[in-house]
Amino acid sequence: MSQAHSTDGAACLAGVRDAAGVPAAVLAAGMIGFGAFALEYGFNVWLALLCTAGVWALPGQIVLLEMYSNGAPGYLTVIAVMLTGARFLPMTLSLMPVIRHPRHSRLAVYLTAHLIAMTGWAWAMQRCPGMPQERRLPYFMGFAVACWAVSIAATAVGYFLAGWFPAPLRLGFVFLTPVYFIVILVGDVRSALAAWALACGAVAGPLFHLLSPQWSVLLAGLAGGTLAYYIQRLHGQSHR
Amino acid sequence: MDSHTAEILILVLSCAVATYAWRGLGVLLSGRIRTDSELFNWVACVAFAMVAGLIMRIVVMPTGMLAMSVLADRLLACVLALLAFYVSRKNLFVGVITGVIVVIAAGYVRGIYS
Repeated sequence: MSQAHSTDGAACLAGVRDAAGVPAAVLAAGMIGFGAFALEYGFNVWLALLCTAGVWALPGQIVLLEMYSNGAPGYLTVIAVMLTGARFLPMTLSLMPVIRHPRHSRLAVYLTAHLIAMTGWAWAMQRCPGMPQERRLPYFMGFAVACWAVSIAATAVGYFLAGWFPAPLRLGFVFLTPVYFIVILVGDVRSALAAWALACGAVAGPLFHLLSPQWSVLLAGLAGGTLAYYIQRLHGQSHR
Repeated sequence: MDSHTAEILILVLSCAVATYAWRGLGVLLSGRIRTDSELFNWVACVAFAMVAGLIMRIVVMPTGMLAMSVLADRLLACVLALLAFYVSRKNLFVGVITGVIVVIAAGYVRGIYS
């Protein structure tokens, strides 16, 4: 571990290496699905690639395609996509203090922010605290750029191979993403606080979806997260 | 480039900017929150809960292709994926592949592909 993080370059390469495995494979599977989707909805391949590279959030990309194909007005589509991306505010807020170091330039930090998505975030929140602070941003950059590049390529693959996969394989592809997040988040949970947050969120997510699908992600996070925070505080105080 | 393509291009670029706005705002505000502060703990809780909620919603109430499978099978696949992950000493690949194979196999048993 210490040798892999002796320089920025080594840390960046370690990030690329860690991404080039299950994380990249899972992302690729999701993006193959998105590419197939884009073909079905009449996007040209360059627009599909721009979606992946520019929006870089699968839920937002799918909302964009779906609303465009339903003939929704452009401004409503942008608002809806923006709402699905609201999770990036707390995600970035929680990730930045973990990976940032005063040595890094402002430009590097803002460029890195574009690469924040669920896969890289979940990975970095679990793994980065075990690394020297100043190597975390290069490590995350390596990890996230590798994920991003693989996803763009996978979008093209999906676009051109759509319809070629049999149904069981397609089902496997769409199940890959949720099962990956469950294993990485639940299987590798590091603190009681995170465990409570995951449990409360898992209950709140489906419940709020029944109330309001559009706001469910945000509201479930706020309600579940706040509940978990107070449970942990009460729990912590009783042991003091 | 025809006007139709130009229109989608503007739409895609607008959506990209709208999504980045949250990330950029996160960077802007993050300097004001200390990692060891109570506020940071709360924000981290919200982020974890939000992601967990989204994933659980996909498992419990899926749309599209995944809705073909049965809820009990999806939950079983998740539990077995976690078990395989622990048994294999936290091998991510073994865990994820186990979950995917279970859900595909359960589909054959239920005859959802025919």
